[in-house]
Amino acid sequence: MTELAVVPVLVLLGISPTGELATSAAELLGAAARIGTPVAVIIAGPGHGQDAATAAGAAGAQRVLFAETPDVNSVLTAQLVDGLVTAYGRVKPSAVLISNTIEGRDVAGRFAVRTQNALAVDAVGIDRDDGGIIVHHSVYGGGYEVDSAVTFGTPVVTIREGGVEDRAAAANPTIESFECVGTGLTAAKIVSFTPEQAKSSRPGLRGATRVVSGGRGVGSANDFALVEQLADVLGAAVGASRVAVDSGYVPHSYQVGQTGVCVSPQLYIALGISGAIQHRAGMQTAGTIVAINKDPEALIFEIADFGVVGDLFTVVPQLISALAAKKG
Amino acid sequence: MKIVVLVKEVPDTYGERRLNLETGLADRDANDRVLDEIGERATEVAVSYAESHPDTEVTVLTVGPETVPTTLRKALAMGATNGFHVLDDALRGADLTLTAEALAQAIERIGFDLIIAGDISTDGTAGVIPAMLAERLGIAHATSLNSLEISDTEIAGERETSGGTITLSASLPAVVSITERLPDPRFPGFKGIIAAKKKSIDTVDLADLGIDADADVPRSIMIAVSEKPARSAGTKIVDEGTAGQQLADYLVQNRLV
Ligand SMILES: Cc1cc2nc3c(=O)[nH]c(=O)nc-3n(C[C@H](O)[C@H](O)[C@H](O)COP(=O)(O)OP(=O)(O)OC[C@H]3O[C@@H](n4cnc5c(N)ncnc54)[C@H](O)[C@@H]3O)c2cc1C
Ligand SMILES: Nc1ncnc2c1ncn2[C@@H]1O[C@H](COP(=O)(O)O)[C@@H](O)[C@H]1O
Repeated sequence: MTELAVVPVLVLLGISPTGELATSAAELLGAAARIGTPVAVIIAGPGHGQDAATAAGAAGAQRVLFAETPDVNSVLTAQLVDGLVTAYGRVKPSAVLISNTIEGRDVAGRFAVRTQNALAVDAVGIDRDDGGIIVHHSVYGGGYEVDSAVTFGTPVVTIREGGVEDRAAAANPTIESFECVGTGLTAAKIVSFTPEQAKSSRPGLRGATRVVSGGRGVGSANDFALVEQLADVLGAAVGASRVAVDSGYVPHSYQVGQTGVCVSPQLYIALGISGAIQHRAGMQTAGTIVAINKDPEALIFEIADFGVVGDLFTVVPQLISALAAKKG
Repeated sequence: MKIVVLVKEVPDTYGERRLNLETGLADRDANDRVLDEIGERATEVAVSYAESHPDTEVTVLTVGPETVPTTLRKALAMGATNGFHVLDDALRGADLTLTAEALAQAIERIGFDLIIAGDISTDGTAGVIPAMLAERLGIAHATSLNSLEISDTEIAGERETSGGTITLSASLPAVVSITERLPDPRFPGFKGIIAAKKKSIDTVDLADLGIDADADVPRSIMIAVSEKPARSAGTKIVDEGTAGQQLADYLVQNRLV
């Protein structure tokens, strides 16, 4: 297995418009380390490359190639693909890993077409055996586990955010800068960037170990404060059903389910959520599921390890004070 | 303007979806086949634009099995002008590369100013087809848009990015994909359903599009599939005044807090 350690695996690391390394860096490099030597590619705005490269080393990159170009903040995707193609030519990796974000999917799609490689998407794990690289997927809302492989060439793999637990040891990487030569292909323009308002101190939904979600039964945006209160007592992330999002109780980024975020926490608490199949698709792989719902027939009880038939507005306040007393 | 809307037939998500454990492909008999909801939304965007811009032609395009014409009629009943169906046995279990190649060739055949797709399909959960098409067609993409404005020469819209929102614009021709933040699709009325019966659906196979499914290019293949055991229900209590307390005890006993 000594060979394995030297096989380079190319990892595209995301950079925010303000220059920070995306938090997905740790899991991408962790997944890469499982199948070879993690080599990071960073395409950043002017003045941000070196810091991001150092941060990538701390997250496990053995080698970092970075390019800086002002265009990353004004042109959509193009520089990322061009830069990744350049790095791919230099490194000749055995696989290319990209985060399964909106931006990552765009890069992966274009990169795979341009380099004529096959794609494996939404991976929750990756391994290598004598036959090559095997990509693990969780499909149909966690109902099935599927393994895929490519017939030949270099697999281009998008990794589900929060989907991989592997982490690489911090490294002292060799850092090289390279020039990002644009192909000048037509691309969309980024006209403006609006930063989100003050980020909450709560854990994010993706990869959270505990999640408390509210549904239509919560009734209003105001009353959603109760869901958040319970989440804060538990140190949990806050989620929601699609109806809660559509009703404007919380932003769309909170949505758990088939067309929202897929979570797999140790503990999932569903408040006033009926348990529609599309909601279950985003949470049924949780370790323990707790549900509070006033309808004894609610579907959510079919998969709940602990179900309470009751009014969330009486049960949750009591739960919060009982937990506070135990902590106290 | 010529708009091509990409719609996909998928297993109905309101049912328990099943994979065939031998082939790894969707078990077609397990579920009703429906138009993916996100494709209906994409159709809605195109059709409502066409309503206020009478020179617009909306073609709904899909790569899928022989059951497609039935589901495609729904998009036609919503108001799309005509349909285009790529049907070929060699497309069963097609990977993203082959699907994108078939869609791109079909789009070239149809002709286009704007292509509207869904951001992610409920069965493929790939979210890469729109960008793959943009690369193949040599045009711009603007994907996962939470809002979309279409003018004669360009599109603009907003999407989420790490740490905020970006506003994008692109000159036509372009590929866009939309999220479920866009308006709900209309229900086709009786008139629409009748009109749809007369609308044409062109059907072509891979040979017609000059595509060789056995070409020597890398493909992604499934090598193993297994079913996760279904979850079962655990304890269920009815609140008689102490349920919050009992739940707290349960969480503590199971070391979940
Ligand atoms: C293509 C597609 C994709 C979808 N994707 C998603 C997705 O990603 N995520 C998602 O969540 N849904 C999704 N849906 C929607 C899904 O089908 C359901 O409509 C949705 O999950 C229902 O949300 P809900 O449970 O909050 O509302 P409801 O089904 O209305 O349930 C509300 C529940 O609250 C209970 N309740 C009311 N008041 C109280 C109270 N005081 N105390 C306790 N309980 C109370 C009621 O008994 C009821 O069970 C999707 C649908 C489609 C077609
Ligand atoms: N077989 C197909 N036929 C038509 N459109 C498709 C097909 N596959 C994907 N698409 C389009 O691409 C979008 C994203 O799909 P996917 O990349 O599979 O998640 C879908 O919402 C459709 O608009």
